[in-house]
Amino acid sequence: MMAVEQSAENEKEAGEVDSELLRPSRRGLFGLLGAGAAGLALGGGGGAALASHLAGGSEAPDSGSVPFHGAHQAGIVTPAQDRLHFAAFDMVSGSGREELIALLRDWTSAAERLVRGQEVGTGIEPSNALLPPDDTGEATGLGAGHLTLTFGLGRRLFTGREGASDPDDPFGLRSRLPRAFEPLPSFAFDLLDATQSGGDLCVQACADDPQIAVHAIRNLARIAVGRAHLSWSQLGFGRTASTSRRQDTPRNLFGFKDGTANVMAEDTASLEQHIWAGAEAPEWMRGGSYLVARKIQMTIESWDRASLDEQERIIGRTKREGGPLSGGAEFDQPDFEAAVPAGDTEEPMIDVAAHVRLAHPDHNGGARMLRRGYNYVDGSNGLGQLGAGLFFISFQRDPETFVRVQRSLKPDLLNEYIRHIGSGLWAIPAGVQPGGFIAQALFE
Amino acid sequence: MSTISPRRGFVALGAIGAATLTLTACVPNAGTGANAQSIAVTASDTACNVEAAEAQSGTITFTVKNDGSKVNEFYVLGSNELTIIGEVENIAPGSSRDLTVQVGPGDYFTSCKPGMIGTGVGQAAFAVTGDAVATTPEEDAVVAQYVGYVKTQTEELVPQVAAFVAAYQAGDDETARQLFPIARINYERIEPTAEQFGDLDPKIDYRKPGAIEEGLPFTGFHRIEQDLWLDEAIANYSTPEKDHYPKDDLKPLTPEERKEIGDQLVADVNELKDEVASPDFTLTLADITEGAKGLLDEVAAPDGKLPGEENEFAHTDLYDFTANVEGAQVAFDTVRGLLEANGGEDLAKQLDERFADMFALLETYGSYDEGFVFYDTVDQQQRNELAAKLTALSEPMSKLTAGVVQG
Repeated sequence: MMAVEQSAENEKEAGEVDSELLRPSRRGLFGLLGAGAAGLALGGGGGAALASHLAGGSEAPDSGSVPFHGAHQAGIVTPAQDRLHFAAFDMVSGSGREELIALLRDWTSAAERLVRGQEVGTGIEPSNALLPPDDTGEATGLGAGHLTLTFGLGRRLFTGREGASDPDDPFGLRSRLPRAFEPLPSFAFDLLDATQSGGDLCVQACADDPQIAVHAIRNLARIAVGRAHLSWSQLGFGRTASTSRRQDTPRNLFGFKDGTANVMAEDTASLEQHIWAGAEAPEWMRGGSYLVARKIQMTIESWDRASLDEQERIIGRTKREGGPLSGGAEFDQPDFEAAVPAGDTEEPMIDVAAHVRLAHPDHNGGARMLRRGYNYVDGSNGLGQLGAGLFFISFQRDPETFVRVQRSLKPDLLNEYIRHIGSGLWAIPAGVQPGGFIAQALFE
Repeated sequence: MSTISPRRGFVALGAIGAATLTLTACVPNAGTGANAQSIAVTASDTACNVEAAEAQSGTITFTVKNDGSKVNEFYVLGSNELTIIGEVENIAPGSSRDLTVQVGPGDYFTSCKPGMIGTGVGQAAFAVTGDAVATTPEEDAVVAQYVGYVKTQTEELVPQVAAFVAAYQAGDDETARQLFPIARINYERIEPTAEQFGDLDPKIDYRKPGAIEEGLPFTGFHRIEQDLWLDEAIANYSTPEKDHYPKDDLKPLTPEERKEIGDQLVADVNELKDEVASPDFTLTLADITEGAKGLLDEVAAPDGKLPGEENEFAHTDLYDFTANVEGAQVAFDTVRGLLEANGGEDLAKQLDERFADMFALLETYGSYDEGFVFYDTVDQQQRNELAAKLTALSEPMSKLTAGVVQG
């Protein structure tokens, strides 16, 4: 993407970077190139510099490239890119430990190339033209686009399939199952579709350009053929959370700012406390995290007919500024005790069942997770309704954190307008070191 | 519809001639004739007696005597009972002809085909033991072998379709419904080849939307399918997602209409058989390998078997699915020697494993003889598993042409 050299005179303080430049779309990019590339190099370089600092990796040659190697996998504290292609895979029946290790090795090699904006395998021109090209080609020339690839392992790799003819321990991992890795329970209002839930493996591809993210998943799926098979995938756009103080809080499809109280990449202490698995986890999992994905359908047509008062009461924040209804600006702490006199009683300013109250760490024993979700629209149905919603993604040290918050949300006023239709939980191993492969420690 | 790839200047079959063909089914290295074995075969209108059921690897000559009243053929088939290792045709009543093959160790089958039509008689196992035989396959021999297979399939197709159409025209719908998926097997095995005859495939095997799209009358297998499963068709067409479907002619066909549409299908498959039997008919190696890949793509296509659209009223897609995979397997099996001679042993081994995996999964759903489950009872998760095995097979298959054809 960038034949643009980063130069010293383009260095600014991160805070001064125009946030528009941090998320160039392809069209915007060409416009920028036409208009002069200085600002762009700064945006790309600034993001990469931060990302590499966070991941502990070294600066990649392509200024739009997020390093793949590091203590933690990229794509968690990396400033959330604008586009997502999330994919879940199932191991093909008959595949065992050997195939799983080979697949993770092959995926590692491919990911190392993809995040640098390079073609996979022998690229788009095989030595013999009678062969199909190794790389599918649609991302050629687009650069790295801050692509991150985050890999996760499903619980079934450890426990085998229930009631299936598989051996009890098809991958020889049963003894390595972390104690915290319990399946998610069912929640009130779940309307889960099995064809959009679960999976033996997951890959979260995030990038500035949807074509780069799709290309990555498409090629990883091809590499997996015969060993693992795509079971479902989801496109997302317009990150719904900021994971760095340098990013504005984005809006979800309800039109509200979302994820204000997120754990931020700069907040190292909170990350250690809430996000990264530590001494409680088996060694292979330390420095990793757990990814929860929930496909949450929004009945946006009904929502759009709700009055502003009603919408703000449900969320507990103002629509334009995102400030708590108890007063103040977006990043001011909500005052859950604040009340307005109403006759004989006192009416809380933030409704007892408002989303912000029920989801807040204060009401969940201090539980915090790093949310990194995306909006989605899967076309529309035959009833004139958009298939719209939130593809919720959160990272947490222990899945129990998510369970706790989700249970707190049972009386949430928002539940009238949402249905959870897809769900998944994966263990995200620690980062990969040069020469190593994804989850290598798990097999040693 | 596959496009016909440009011819690469192979010798036409007619020029090879049957005699050469029998000798080149596998070409022996110089000097291997010393330990040649000879086995007598007695063919008749009902039997196919082979003097020995086993032999040593190497050169074997079958001397086939026709004691019957019909012109006969003799075949040596591979372990899948479909690949033709060698064949000798036109054995007139009372006469004898030789078939010389060179075979390595393995399981084979022998079979005769009195009248040179139908599925043949007296198929028997034939075991070969001993050391592997080094052969240098020749391209035109391989092509001839595959053309022989295509011919065999069309020869079997004709009576199967005739039986199906006869039941349909007699108003025996129950029998016709049972015969429908069976009558399609031979066609589905050689679909890409059949598609080379531009106007025949649309008449024989177009689904309704395809026919409408190209302004053709809706005829062939699927027209009869719609009539035999009319309730299903009416229900199917009335669903919102089929709104683009034409709603006309959703009424039972009269006996006269049945006669017309049935006779046409019989005529069309006969024409296909004659086209394939013509001395002008030949294929290139790339036709064979790309056709094999095409067969697998047919299964996965949006209007194919995997999504259950091929036989959308009968739900017999698993028969077609199996036949497509069988056809691909024979094509691969036929070019295997060339692939291995080019150093493609690993690819051959991988394809063998993936084919075995695919067939093993398909077998859990039934068989031609026992019947396959109806595809509308196969849920999304099961279809996903079928897709996984099919993709696993299709991916290495995409490397077959490069491994076989010397660019």
